[in-house]
Amino acid sequence: MSAPDTKVPPHVVVRNVSKSYGDMVVLERVNLEIAPNTFCTIVGASGCGKSTFLRMLLSQELPTSGDILIDGNPLPPEPTPDRGIVFQRYSVFSHLTVEDNLLLAAEFEAAPATGKLFGSARKKALESIEPTLEKIGLSPARRRFPSQLSGGMQQRLAIAQALLKKPKILLLDEPFGALDPGIRADMHELLDQLWEELGMTIFMVTHDINEAFKLGTRMLVFDKIRHDPHAPERFGATITYDLPLTRNLKDSAPTASELFTAPKNPLSEDIKT
Amino acid sequence: MRIINRKPSRVTSIYLAMIPFIAVIVTYAIASHYRLAANPADKLLPSLQSMGASFWRMAFEADKRSGNYLLWLDTWDSLARLGMGMAIATSLALTIGLLIGFIPHVRSTLAPFVATFSLIPPITILPILFIVFGLGEAAKVALIVVGTAPVMIRSTAQNVMNIPREMIIKAETLGASVWQMLTRLVLPQTLPGLINSMRLALVPAWIFLISAEAIASTTGLGYRIFLVRRYLAMDVILPYVIWITLLAFVIDRLLLMLSRRAFPWSHMGGESI
Repeated sequence: MSAPDTKVPPHVVVRNVSKSYGDMVVLERVNLEIAPNTFCTIVGASGCGKSTFLRMLLSQELPTSGDILIDGNPLPPEPTPDRGIVFQRYSVFSHLTVEDNLLLAAEFEAAPATGKLFGSARKKALESIEPTLEKIGLSPARRRFPSQLSGGMQQRLAIAQALLKKPKILLLDEPFGALDPGIRADMHELLDQLWEELGMTIFMVTHDINEAFKLGTRMLVFDKIRHDPHAPERFGATITYDLPLTRNLKDSAPTASELFTAPKNPLSEDIKT
Repeated sequence: MRIINRKPSRVTSIYLAMIPFIAVIVTYAIASHYRLAANPADKLLPSLQSMGASFWRMAFEADKRSGNYLLWLDTWDSLARLGMGMAIATSLALTIGLLIGFIPHVRSTLAPFVATFSLIPPITILPILFIVFGLGEAAKVALIVVGTAPVMIRSTAQNVMNIPREMIIKAETLGASVWQMLTRLVLPQTLPGLINSMRLALVPAWIFLISAEAIASTTGLGYRIFLVRRYLAMDVILPYVIWITLLAFVIDRLLLMLSRRAFPWSHMGGESI
């Protein structure tokens, strides 16, 4: 179900995207087609541009060249509610309680002038977030501030908050990087469940290759294929592996060490000699 | 145990805090005793009793000429000027500071101007203020505003810029308008910092208040001190200085209490003074 299906039009199309900061090229020649409802995990060495790629999908940064299309339309130039985001840190609002963090999206929609609901409208909105609170197990902690929650609770809240606007695409930037392995497994389960229920496309950047294999239906590996030893910033990374993962056939997938040995590329040989 | 790991108990802390105060009072009493023993008419170091008597006279005996209770009249007038000046400075910091911090075009327009303006030594503007506003209340309030507002504006703008970018992006993906982000995210995130900069700005505010009153006024704590200076009335000046210090201390503590009460989430990270 995860491999690019020729019959279904691709949901996300990335065409020849590159990103550079001044002379430093971070990403180059990134091409990609993602089918709807894909759980796409992104791995790569530190500094290979995988987070930059995610930020471009969010429109937090714009590509230096190339296009990103969603359902055939170019991405808006700024973050919008059709793409939800969970960061590793600072994803939830530290000055709002758990309840208020979850109410916020509804308040923005219902109260253009104040951004806040009062009285019976607030009561009604509170009732509507009840199932969400229950699901992420934060009902007993509803009046607490984020700094009073554990890391896992904070990220559960962040995920729930990111899904409030029912985005078609959910972007996750190393969301579980700071969590204990045990908590991480619980989070995987929650995320997996939400993905199956809501039917959205997920892009998840992670350092943990096992996580990438476990959750993904498709895995992208970012790496540099061209190296100039005299100017390490001259070439950027691109997608070196694009693996469809069939979730119950994980044994056939290549191992981590195989993936991170960059493939032999005639271009890089040229430059070295 | 190392001294950095030994913490005083609550009771010990109170006793330790009293030591320097008691030391100063005892030293003064001894010095005053010996000066007065040599010359009973000495005015420089009046006895604690005579200071107490003068303070009592200023506070609870009506002035023979005007019929006013001078201490309370002076205190009220000074606090009114201080409060007015701080209120104006704070509202300038809230409006201009928020906009400079949040909106790049406003920042480019106003930040260099505010930075330059804040370098003018405020007291050099005092003659201009007296010429423009006359010798009344307006000039004194204006001096406090000129002396405190630029720094408060700059620190508020910096506080806004210190809000994690992740939170602002998250608000965008939740569908917030710029106005809603200001009311529900930027304002609440910066208010604790604003109270902090008010506490810091009160120090220069008192300086400018006393200066303005010393130069041109008919009431106020600063006016009284400089008036009785002509008679070397140390027995009035010293209690007034202590009274001013006490007022400043109480205002500072009230602001800290307000911040703790209103923004508990910003006081969860460790000790503060």
